[in-house]
Order: sequence, then C-alpha cells, then structure tokens
Amino acid sequence: MTILDQPPVTAASKIFNFPRNAWYVAAWDHEVTAKQPLARTIADVPLALWRNSDGRAVAMADACWHRLAPLSKGKLFGDEIQCPYHGLRYNSAGRCTSMPAQETINPSAIVPSYPVVERHRYVWVWVGDPDLADSGSVPDMHQMDSPDWAGDGETIYAPCNYQLVLDNLMDLTHEEFVHSSSIGQDELSEAEFEVSHDDTHVTVTRWMRDIDAPPFWLKNMRDKFPGFSGKVDRWQIIHFEAPSTICIDVGVAKAGTGAPEGDRSQGVNGFVMNTITPETARTSHYFWAFMRNYRLESQTITTQLRQGVHGVFGEDEEMLAAQQRAIDANPDHEFYSLNIDAGGMWVRRILDRMLQAEGLPAAAAAK
Amino acid sequence: MAVNTQTWWQQGRVVEADDLAEGVRRIVLSPDRPVHATPGTHVDLRLDLDGHVRTRSYSVLRSEDGGRRLTLGVQLAPSSRGGSRHMHGLEVGDVVEMTGPVQSFPLGVGADRYVLVAGGIGVTALVAMADSLRRRGADYTLVLAGRRRAVMAYLEELADTHGDRIRVFVDDEGVRLDVDALVGEIAGGPAPARTEMYMCGPIRLMDAIRRAWVAHELPEPNLRFETFGSSGAWAAEEFVVHLPQHDRSVAVTTDTSMLDALEDAGVDVMWDCRKGECGICQVKVLDVDGRIDHRDVFLSKKQKETNTSLCLCVTRAARGEPERSEPAAVTLHLP
Repeated sequence: MTILDQPPVTAASKIFNFPRNAWYVAAWDHEVTAKQPLARTIADVPLALWRNSDGRAVAMADACWHRLAPLSKGKLFGDEIQCPYHGLRYNSAGRCTSMPAQETINPSAIVPSYPVVERHRYVWVWVGDPDLADSGSVPDMHQMDSPDWAGDGETIYAPCNYQLVLDNLMDLTHEEFVHSSSIGQDELSEAEFEVSHDDTHVTVTRWMRDIDAPPFWLKNMRDKFPGFSGKVDRWQIIHFEAPSTICIDVGVAKAGTGAPEGDRSQGVNGFVMNTITPETARTSHYFWAFMRNYRLESQTITTQLRQGVHGVFGEDEEMLAAQQRAIDANPDHEFYSLNIDAGGMWVRRILDRMLQAEGLPAAAAAK
Repeated sequence: MAVNTQTWWQQGRVVEADDLAEGVRRIVLSPDRPVHATPGTHVDLRLDLDGHVRTRSYSVLRSEDGGRRLTLGVQLAPSSRGGSRHMHGLEVGDVVEMTGPVQSFPLGVGADRYVLVAGGIGVTALVAMADSLRRRGADYTLVLAGRRRAVMAYLEELADTHGDRIRVFVDDEGVRLDVDALVGEIAGGPAPARTEMYMCGPIRLMDAIRRAWVAHELPEPNLRFETFGSSGAWAAEEFVVHLPQHDRSVAVTTDTSMLDALEDAGVDVMWDCRKGECGICQVKVLDVDGRIDHRDVFLSKKQKETNTSLCLCVTRAARGEPERSEPAAVTLHLP
C-alpha cells in the first residue's frame, strides 16, 4: 500500500507525533559558542551544541560513550569537548581522541554527531536519517537576515505539543479573544479567509478592509507616518512550510490605497517569523521574531516591537499551557474542528504524510 | 535516529541463503523485532558449536524494508573458530538466536571526503556505508582489495553501483594495493585533515594502513576501523594455557578462543567487548613458549612487543616455527 492509499484517519490526534527527517531549529546562532556547550533536547534527542575553532556549529549526542555522563557539562578545548566525568575527549565528528589510563583508543568510542546547517540566524539540526539531510530543504526564513528587513525575537519554552502552537498560528481568529488589548478586533472573526496548499506548504489569507487599526498597528503606522489617523486595510497572510515553520505576512495600509491589489507603499509591513521545534511530545521550543521592512535604522522600534510581541505571545503561551493541561486531564475527549481550522487541518495532513513516510504513527506514544 | 548500541536478543529466520562468491555465503535473516540497521552495524549470533554456545559477530551488509531483511555475508574460514562452518550450513527456514543491530562502527556526517577500504570479506562492513554516501551525494572512494577475483564478494554489483568511485586491487592479477601510495594520495589531496577513512579487513592490512596514516601525519581520529579479532599474524592453531594460581592447564582448540576455553573450564574471568577493544579481559603474561599473536587493538604496539599482558578474548599463541611439534603455551596470572 502506498502512502497516498492510506486514509488520514489520525489527523486529529491530540498529541501529534513529529517527523525526524526534518531540519529543526536547535538554537539562535548566538546561543552556540566555542566557550561552553549548550544542552538542548531536539525531537527527543538530547544534544550538546558547541562551536569548534573554525566557528562551525556542532551538534552531538549529550552522553559520553563510556558511562553516558552529559557532555554538555564538560569543557571545550579548541576542536574537542571533554567529558566532565572521566576526561574522555571527542572531536567535532564525535570520535574519541583521548582516553584515560590507556595507550590506545577504543575504535568503537564514538558519540553520534548530527548534521547541522546555520542559516537565517539559527542553528538547524537534523536528527533523522543523515542520508536525507539536504541543506537545500531548510525552511525559507530569509527575512531573518536580509538587509531589507530589521527586527529581533526570542524563544518561548512552550509546555505543550508542537502541533498546538501550529494550530494557534494557522488561525488568527484567536487574536480577537486572546489578544484583545493589542492586535485583536471584532473584524477578525467576521472576515472571510482563503486557504491554499501544496505538498509542503499551506497558505491562509485574510483581508479586513476599511477598519480601525488596533493599538499595535496604529503605533506602527505612526512610526512610519507620524500623526496618522483614519481607517486601514489590514492583512494576515500565513505561510506554513513543513514541518513546523510559519512566517506570517502582516500589516496595515491606509484604507483604499491599493494594498490588497499589491501597492503597500501607504502601509507598514511586518513578518512574524515562527519556527517550532518539538522538544518532547509535550514540550516545544518556540523560536519567534518580528521583522519589518520600514524604519530599518531604528533600534528603538526593534526593541519596542520585540517587547510588544513578547507581551502578545505571553498570552498565547499561557493559553497553550492551559490547553495542554486540559488535554491531559481529559484523555477520553476528542478534538472537533471548526471552519476556521481549515489551515491547521491541512498542516496536520502534511505532517501525517511525512510521519507515514517514516513509518511513524501520527499519535505520539503515551506519556 | 536510533543509536543502536544496546544488545538485546531475538530470533531470526533464514529466508534466503546462497553463494555470493567462492567460499562466501549470503544469508538473509528476517528478525522477530525488525529494526533498521544503519551502515556499520553488526548483529551477534548465538551459535551452538559442538555443544558449546558461542557468540559470533557479523556485519549487516544491507538492511531492507525497515530491517525486516538483514543480509549477512559469511566467509568460510578453514581455521576459524567454527562459526563460519556453522553459518555455511544454515538453510532457508532455520531459526537463529540473534541480537538486534548493534552499532559500533558508525558512518560520520560532515567530513569533506570519505575513503572506504575493504580487505577481503571486510567488504561486508562497508557496502551499506558506500550506498549511504552515494545517496548523500558525498565525495567518496571505495577501495576493494582481495587475493583472487573469484573470492571477492559483491565485486560486480559494487562496480555497477559505484562506477568510477570504486578501485579494485587483486593480488593474483598483479594489481596489489599499495597502502603507502593510497594514504599518500589522501595526504596530498584536497582537505586531508577533513578526510575520514573507514577500513575493515585482515589485521595486517589495517596495521599497514595505520602505520602509513601516522607516517603521513593524518589525524588519527579520522581513521575508523572495525575488527572482530578474527585475524592475526598466524593461522589459528591449538595451544595450551597454564594457570599456576589454579594449578591447572587448559587446552585451546583452533575453533575456540582462550576466553571461551577458560570459561568452559569453569575459570571465572572478567570480560566485556569480546573483540579485543576494551581491555577488560587483559591479564598478565608470566611466560610464553612460542609466540603470542595478540590480535587485539587495545594494547599499543609497544605494549604488544613487551608481551607482559594480553587480551583473553582474541589473543592466541602460535608455535611460530611450523617444524616445531609441541603446541605453543602461555602462562598467565589472572586477576
């Protein structure tokens, strides 16, 4: 039976499994240093992340070959990491280079090292089959390090299954209820939206015309157009790329100046960059940034936007944690879908097919 | 991906068995609990050899259908420890006790170049690695060396798959592998410090490569190898172990190891890897009558020359001179 013959019956799994054959962000580039290893679990694999003397990022299993002591608690010596317990040293390929009290090195003494790509200000790792690790398949987040965009972001440690974060971002109707003081407004749940997809992407487009700008967007308009007041056309174009990257093209423009038709010159445009890395079935590393293409020179605006989004996403974090607790507390209850879940359901379909191709079930193993 | 360094036992059914080359049998096993075997993994089989249960390791040549089909290649070694004779007698439908795939020879990621060197049946450890590197689009060379073309397993298939990435050396055709030239080429080639070599073959070939590797000042951690302690400087012959502490002597036949023979005789000895790597079964040598054929990779060359200790799991004793009629003997002090 081929993959396509199988009905996607498990698309509403509550604790969604995650593909292993994928690039996941393990860290911001500045978090991985040649001074001290960083411990982080990516897709159930505990890793020690560090840089060698060439500046190359290294991702190694965080367990010494000998007695599995965590290498992330060890020291770095140029191109080598030293186990904190008995001093075994490994090079960046994971091969042991030094063992205490013997003249040779056991040929089996190797710690798994994983493919790494550094791109878009992130360190991406591949914990699946290394034969399939094509660096060309790193998700497109080019706004992160393009000279045409400026901004910054943070990491949220989200105590929930990664799919809950994807659901959150694929439908922004929740802004009206969760973020009523900043970006929420009634028109969100009233506006029509369109969904399109291919094998690895899903796009959800929503336009709200001739509306009042909510506080967050009014501030942004005034940063570009001092003293602005009046109606705006607002857009949210959600771009999902498998397995877990969502870049949301957001903005507002003076109403009726042609933004829906393609002329955004009378508006402000941001990209909410999100990439969610499953840590375990019930925890996620949620890397986000807000990038803008106006007033690139202003570090003040960068800081204000980062703080603003920090506040907004803090509201999401609280909801996601509460949702995960409720899911776990109600194991006999199922998920049901609303019209607004169309985008999120296409994401599940794509993930489900990736999991099937790896021979993995859509539902993660029970806790 | 699963790291597979744990040993657990299961049953496997022989689903195919045929000849790969002269004296080389292809055995396809279908395990009870299939797990994909990554390149470089082996399985251990529990074999009943003349009433003694023995464990033998075989590289997984190929893992298909998520590990539901594991292919082994076994060379019949007349002077082996008996495992290969047993393996050559396996027929379709036979059931064997086997471990899940065990990984102690993993193929790395991120090197600029890879050179795989197979001596004889050592090719079984490298076939899956070569396939993997080809899939990755990596820069690699597969070097195959053997005594005669007829005994070299998978030669044609590998040549078809890997085209000009393969280099074949056959002794009796006068095209012998020049180890120093091969290693010198790596040292003088692009990215020598970022080239990894993976080798599997007779210990003498591997020793020669290791010497050349060091002589050309290539980084030692980049030289990877796997040995099951199954080849040495002399063919296996019968010898005697004297244990003055226990006031007894134990004979070691050609198809058993010193460690197995001592355990069979009820001597309590400590061991771990059983393939000459870890040094846990190291014991003191008090006297040698004949020559010690160390076969391990734990002791350094210097330590082996002094003959003050040996690894029970793979080391043998040999007469050294064929005309001598008395078997060799070693006198050991056990911890």
